[in-house]
Amino acid sequence: MKSASLLRLTGLMRKEFVQIGRDPSALAVAFILPAVLLMIFGYGVSLDARNVPLALVVEQPDALTASFTGQFAHSPYFRPRYYLTIQAAERAMAAREVNGVVWLRSDFSRRTLFPGAAPIGLIVNGVDANNARIVEGYVQQVWAQWLTARLGARPYLPAIALEPRVRFNPAVISKDYLIPGLIAMIMTLTGALLTALVIAREWERGTMEALMVTRVQMREILLAKLIPYFVLGMGGMAVAVGLAVFLFGVPLHGSLLVLTATSTLFMLAALGMGLLISGIARNQFVAGQIAIITTFLPAFILSGFVFDINSMPRAVQLLTHIVAARYFVSILQSVFLAGDIWSVILPNAVALAAMAVIFLGLARANARKRLD
Amino acid sequence: MPPTPEPPAAVRLENVRRAFRSGKRMITALEGITASAAQGAVTGLIGPDGAGKTTLMRLVAGLLRADAGQIEVLGTDVGREPLAVQARLGYMPQHFGLYEDLTVEENLNLYADLQGVPRSARQERYAQLLHMTGLGPFTARMAGRLSGGMKQKLGLACTLVQPPELLLLDEPTVGVDPVSRRELWEIIGHLTREAHVTVLFSTAYLDEAERCDAVLLIHDGRLLGSGPPGAFTAEMSGRSFYATSGLGRRRLQARLAAAPGVIDAVIQGSHVRVVTAEAHVPDPAALVAEATDLALTPTPPRFEDSFVARLRTRPLPPQSAAVRTPEASASESQRAQSHSGNGVSPEPVIIVHHLTRRFGAFIAVNDVTFSVGRGEIFGLLGANGAGKSTTFRMLCGLLPPSEGELRVSGFDLRTAAATARSRIGYMAQKFSLYSDLSVRQNLRFFSSAYRLEGARQSARIDWAIGEFDLAPMLESSARDLPLGFKQRLALACALMHEPNILFLDEPTSGVDPLARREFWQRINALAESGVTVLVTTHFMEETEYCDRLVIMAQGRVLTEGTPEAIKGAAHRPDRPDPTMEDAFIAVIEAASAKAVA
Repeated sequence: MKSASLLRLTGLMRKEFVQIGRDPSALAVAFILPAVLLMIFGYGVSLDARNVPLALVVEQPDALTASFTGQFAHSPYFRPRYYLTIQAAERAMAAREVNGVVWLRSDFSRRTLFPGAAPIGLIVNGVDANNARIVEGYVQQVWAQWLTARLGARPYLPAIALEPRVRFNPAVISKDYLIPGLIAMIMTLTGALLTALVIAREWERGTMEALMVTRVQMREILLAKLIPYFVLGMGGMAVAVGLAVFLFGVPLHGSLLVLTATSTLFMLAALGMGLLISGIARNQFVAGQIAIITTFLPAFILSGFVFDINSMPRAVQLLTHIVAARYFVSILQSVFLAGDIWSVILPNAVALAAMAVIFLGLARANARKRLD
Repeated sequence: MPPTPEPPAAVRLENVRRAFRSGKRMITALEGITASAAQGAVTGLIGPDGAGKTTLMRLVAGLLRADAGQIEVLGTDVGREPLAVQARLGYMPQHFGLYEDLTVEENLNLYADLQGVPRSARQERYAQLLHMTGLGPFTARMAGRLSGGMKQKLGLACTLVQPPELLLLDEPTVGVDPVSRRELWEIIGHLTREAHVTVLFSTAYLDEAERCDAVLLIHDGRLLGSGPPGAFTAEMSGRSFYATSGLGRRRLQARLAAAPGVIDAVIQGSHVRVVTAEAHVPDPAALVAEATDLALTPTPPRFEDSFVARLRTRPLPPQSAAVRTPEASASESQRAQSHSGNGVSPEPVIIVHHLTRRFGAFIAVNDVTFSVGRGEIFGLLGANGAGKSTTFRMLCGLLPPSEGELRVSGFDLRTAAATARSRIGYMAQKFSLYSDLSVRQNLRFFSSAYRLEGARQSARIDWAIGEFDLAPMLESSARDLPLGFKQRLALACALMHEPNILFLDEPTSGVDPLARREFWQRINALAESGVTVLVTTHFMEETEYCDRLVIMAQGRVLTEGTPEAIKGAAHRPDRPDPTMEDAFIAVIEAASAKAVA
């Protein structure tokens, strides 16, 4: 009995690999889709401000203003443009030629030497709130550095100076924490798509009906789908990690072993979700739609990869717990940027394991050897 | 084990009921089915599309559970132990259940693995199967690149890798050419004789009943009759006749269909085949007043006669009670203009001249020439893949020809496709209605698609509702309509813009005989009023309604003529009254013999 079951399983798996080999679309979803998405997002999405066009209005140029504006000219973050009046600068901002205006009034040099109100004016374009806040922060930093350097140990400086120190991502490069998140998101999509499409395809082409009336058992059909696509999905994961480390230069502080083990759990959850969708939809088009809506979008919005979970409303925070990508994002960010931090990895890994068990269990329970 | 007095039944159904939910409605697929299939015999499950054949097959295979009743397969309750039953049966679903991206051999390997055939036994078994199916030279070919007939045989071979005790074949002959169909029946005969396999075979082709040992006739989810096919025809003996008259076959058919004591009248060649309600020769003079020269010759009964007789005597459901002859709509003057329908009027409406269409190296249509006169019903007969659909698409102006000339209503389709198209009504296979729209919304949509608007649009919609008896289900969505009703609606939609040419793509395959008769009655009336009708079909019976037809295979026209002439050419001493299928096979064999020589 055991060997007959093994024969069926290997027969089905061989069939699956032959089909994968002949159908480039599965290979494309597994390898090319993650690579392309990672490149597009990796290069396109960045929360860093670089080369921000910034208007500098100097009403009365002298040595002191030149020294201050020089800071902007040498900064990699800004591309300064010079204006003589605040009106001209504001027109440029309205035309979206610049993202912010630094305004040095005619009394700049005089007032800088005395304590009191801030002598520079900063106007940022609030249409893009995120960008505005970044510009604001950078300008303040430049101002503080210039003041420190210029005025050194003058007694009227504030007694307490804030000195930011960023742990785990010392260069504060957003790419380094975005890319691990992107990997989680992309693998959610490909993992679910791979299995969602293939079982639906068997239903669509009528081969599922023929399979069911053999001695085969549903768990064999599911396993024969799960194993090949697990191999494929992990291959895609390897491609994504390789690109992250070697192309984008994201550091990998944790161990490959932990990365592989947690990826396995995540991939099982994602494939399980795909199997469940596939069994319910029984139609490739619908399965594809459901897979994108239920995996990709929540992973994007609710995984904490772009939007901080702690700042979400309580109800939405609860909702994030059913998004597998949430746990994987935490794990990947930790493994890449901090190392094997067990207090982060263990609870998230347990959650992923639970989700894998739930999705695979539901997929199994839903796959009855009947058409009704 | 208690002794069994009767020959054991391989399948026993007792008061089986099964319903499905479709939206808010429950649809009863099967009701009160009590039947059995004897061991070692071929039992035909015969009925039109939507009768419940596939549901019954799936119940027997353990893929569905009955709502009520008992199903015993090979002595086991299949509802309780489906796996035990599935280990002993072979099942070929519709479309054969093959992996099109695997080769013939890989498909066989997969099913051998699934059925637990030991590797040592495989080579011998494969050799037998490949020999039986004639697939030996094609083991390395992808299943998707096989012809319909070869796919059917591969599907069968896959279910036979482990010899089953019971073989379930769900509509294996649909859309397959007659030669392959005949070969399949030979294989089935061989299996039952040599390997004592029990076969349950479902089909919508009534002429296949006579090849079965026993028949279960189902319609609308109910069993209309069961027994050996001879018993069905025996009860009809002495009730079927060929009628001939100078009246013209279409008009004669319409008069006879309405005559008292006649339950069926269909055109067959130049005669009308009549079935009477009782077994005595009717008085020809009393049947049709206009036809004084009416002559009746007895002819042997067919299985279809008994189906029609059963349907006629059954209390009719309300909406099909309204079946009436539509000829009243074709005015007398119009009919007087056209000839009896047999003659071809001088100027052809459709001209196809040396038409060729290539797709890369593949020649789908190869040097096809024919012409169709006004008011003629013209058929293109061929198996799937013979080039019918490609020819059709070119005639509709949807596909440009590679070579040759095409004229419809005097317009060259290369230069005036849109103008030509406005003269054409097209009824697609499977009817292409919007299933989420109601009957009224479908009519409104198709009429505006044909650019009808305002008062004219309303007038045409009212015409369609009256003419096709659409009123009872006007607000139902097209999805929920019975098949015959869908067909009427599809025809109404195709006629909204009063085209003078009508294209029909397999219009009546799989519908029940009454709906088919009713449909052709309408088409006949349209032809009488001068509409030119072009029909493509792989369904032999549909060609009987044609004035002339061509037989196509592999993109070529093999023969052209009236149904009579084509059948007559297949006449042999051992085959005095050849059917259209005999003729088709004879033509194909002659063509391949010529190719070899």
